[in-house]
Amino acid sequence: MANLTSNFVGIKSPNPYWLASAPPTDKAYNVVRAFQAGWGGVVWKTLGEAGPPVVNVNGPRYGAIWGADRRLLGLNNIELITDRPLEVNLQEIKQVKRDWPDRAMVVSLMVPCNEAAWKAILPLVEETGADGIELNCGCPHGMSERGMGAAVGQNPDLIEQITRWCKQSTRMPVIVKLTPNITDVRGPAEAAKRGGADAVSLINTINSITSVNLDNFAPEPTIDGKGAHGGYCGPAVKPIALNMVAEIARSAETAGLPISGIGGVTTWRDAAEFLALGAGNVQVCTAAMTYGFGIIKELNAGLSLWMDQKGLTSVDQVVGRAVPNLSDWQHLNLNYVTKAKINQDLCIQCGRCYAACEDTSHQAIAMSDAREFTVKDDECVACNLCVNVCPVEDCITMDRMEPGTVDPRTGTTVPAEHGDWTKHPNNPMASAAE
Amino acid sequence: MIHTPQTDGVVPARLNSETLDAQFDDLYPDLDPHEARVAADRCYFCYDAPCITACPTDIDIPLFIRQIQTGMPDAAARTILSQNILGSMCARVCPTETLCEGACVRQTAEGNPVEIGRLQRYATDQLLLVNEHPFERAAETGKQIAVIGAGPAGLACAHRLAMQGHDVTILDSRAKPGGLNEYGIAAYKAANGIAQAEVDWLLGIGGIQIETGRTLGADVSLDDLQNQYDAVFLGMGLGGVNALTIPGADLDGVRDAVDFIAELRQTSDLSTLPIGRHVVVIGGGMTAVDAAVQSRLLGAEHVSIVYRRGREAMSASEYELDHAATEGVQIITEAMPVAIHGDGAASQVEFAYTRSGPNGLEKTGQTFVLKADQVFKAIGQTLHGAPAQLEIDGGKIAISSVGRTSIAGIWAGGDCAAGGEDLTVTAVQQGRDAAEDIHASLTGAAG
Repeated sequence: MANLTSNFVGIKSPNPYWLASAPPTDKAYNVVRAFQAGWGGVVWKTLGEAGPPVVNVNGPRYGAIWGADRRLLGLNNIELITDRPLEVNLQEIKQVKRDWPDRAMVVSLMVPCNEAAWKAILPLVEETGADGIELNCGCPHGMSERGMGAAVGQNPDLIEQITRWCKQSTRMPVIVKLTPNITDVRGPAEAAKRGGADAVSLINTINSITSVNLDNFAPEPTIDGKGAHGGYCGPAVKPIALNMVAEIARSAETAGLPISGIGGVTTWRDAAEFLALGAGNVQVCTAAMTYGFGIIKELNAGLSLWMDQKGLTSVDQVVGRAVPNLSDWQHLNLNYVTKAKINQDLCIQCGRCYAACEDTSHQAIAMSDAREFTVKDDECVACNLCVNVCPVEDCITMDRMEPGTVDPRTGTTVPAEHGDWTKHPNNPMASAAE
Repeated sequence: MIHTPQTDGVVPARLNSETLDAQFDDLYPDLDPHEARVAADRCYFCYDAPCITACPTDIDIPLFIRQIQTGMPDAAARTILSQNILGSMCARVCPTETLCEGACVRQTAEGNPVEIGRLQRYATDQLLLVNEHPFERAAETGKQIAVIGAGPAGLACAHRLAMQGHDVTILDSRAKPGGLNEYGIAAYKAANGIAQAEVDWLLGIGGIQIETGRTLGADVSLDDLQNQYDAVFLGMGLGGVNALTIPGADLDGVRDAVDFIAELRQTSDLSTLPIGRHVVVIGGGMTAVDAAVQSRLLGAEHVSIVYRRGREAMSASEYELDHAATEGVQIITEAMPVAIHGDGAASQVEFAYTRSGPNGLEKTGQTFVLKADQVFKAIGQTLHGAPAQLEIDGGKIAISSVGRTSIAGIWAGGDCAAGGEDLTVTAVQQGRDAAEDIHASLTGAAG
């Protein structure tokens, strides 16, 4: 059976699943329940500096997007960092770490952007016996209005600065949590690396308004007739998170920088995909908030069985496995020619492929009077839209044309060798390069 | 409750009133908004959707389902009702498994179609319950049109004519409008007075007068109508029944199933209706099923439907037959009645087994007997009282594709006219289309 134990920047845990810094990790009661359920570790909900704690709104703090049967697809929140006294949190962290020594205990931190503030809190955290700290440079609502969270994460110089302050003042590994609310995530990741970060974690939540109430014309969640943007998370954000993780994993400047993958991890498969794109472990929040801590059983069992089926014995063997296959567009093989093919035995004659292709694409599907749908190879550009809109799995496939055959759309022979944009005759830069 | 299902003879109150009320309540309760959205989400919004083609009234089904899905059931209702003004009753009585749902691609894919009928009911009931009428009349034309029969065909025709600005007078021989929806369909399919509610709502268009207790031929002649009105639409349905010509057919306890169903629909107290301990229904259509199932629901201990041909030849749908079986009705096929025995009142029916031979149906020589203190005849309805001057085709009034009869100025549709399938939905379609043709004829817009 595959070994799921994880060693992320020296922080060990029995599996690669940590609960992300968020409401599920705000106090000992929740964290102990998580550990009892089997979670590998937690990132304790963000602590602020000593003194009167922050306050939260007293109206709704979450908004959501649902599927037709109320399946929660995306969640948005306007909750701030912990609103419990610092000393209570520290005391509980210490106790839980003592009681659960084999689990990862990382503490998320967010204090004002000055050296004194950071240097004041670090010894207090260190004293709890925590395994590491995560710098919250991502929270996009509320705290960012006060110059913290995403306000820091959107400024690479500040990221570098606070990372350096922390590295200078603590023995603990420093993980920098990045915001996706930027144009290119590689900049902040490079800044963290320059500051000496042991790892980055991403993504934090995405600026969002989940919906607008059309009766009182206020954004949801609505507080006394007004709404503020929140941070979006859950299954809906996974594709964005995967890309950002992969960008850092494959960038020469940040290659090798450990990544804790976050963003919509709901099933073992999501986790495996993050790992394959370069994450060393994953953090989970919305799935636990939706279904409870019991999902850890599925996360562990699924990953373990899949690894067994693939002959992979440790998590490390999964990490980064898909990174070499992530390419720039310009290097994609233009000589890889495919055509859609509709399996008539599986087809249920709904005609969605036809509507999609005829109305919005390349008019490459024919419809007979008997509702038989067939692909016109001389028009099909292999866009894959028909595959994606077809309600029947595997009914439409993209079949590769053998090299040496003639593509009826272009009238040219499919070459056997790789050919991409960098060498394409239509590319003015291609000829300049030769 | 004074009797039980085991009481011999034909007696009322075999079950107590609460049980009876529960038995005859809605067969399927309405979907709630969440159920409706989940059911609607299953629709694939097919291109040139097969369900539309399968609907006699051409309702844009994917559109109305999408409107439900986006939280706009009222808009969905308008989509339905613009094609089928009796959409609420049709949602209850249409054999959807052979029409829209039978054509649904999810039926092909997984044997589990989108619940089009229930979704249609969800949408249309909303509008009916608030009694909001979404259609408006065109400017008055001053034309007067007579419609015979306030059943689905007549009502659909009248509504469309009223919308076009004409004034309509409907004559119906019964005490209440609605036709078969009011008198001829099992009570549990039209619970809570929905048939009358639908008629009341439909009349909200204005410009339609209904005169009940007026029968063509008896109270008014076709000539009178032609003299008084600019056009006439005949939608009087099938007023006659086929006779059962076997010994004992006149014994007490033997009656027409349509009368039983009508009486049941009109009663205000189900516990007053007498029903046999042993009930035999002769026939193989929806009337036979409705009579048999309702006999069971009234507390009859043993109920059998006996049909002379094979099950595949029964005009009742497979769905209805399954429902009957679930309610405990025994279905016997390939057996024809040869005599009803009894001393004054029926006590048993003698049947002969049948098979198809070279000259049609023939008896095998084997017979059997079923106990029967009540026998319902459901062996078909016939055109009754049609004006003699009209051309008849296969026992029904001959019509063109737009409902024109052999006499200029007279249109017909519904069960009394040839070409339909004796379905509410085809009656609505014929009434609607005839109205459009009448309108075109009267306003000179005809092609």
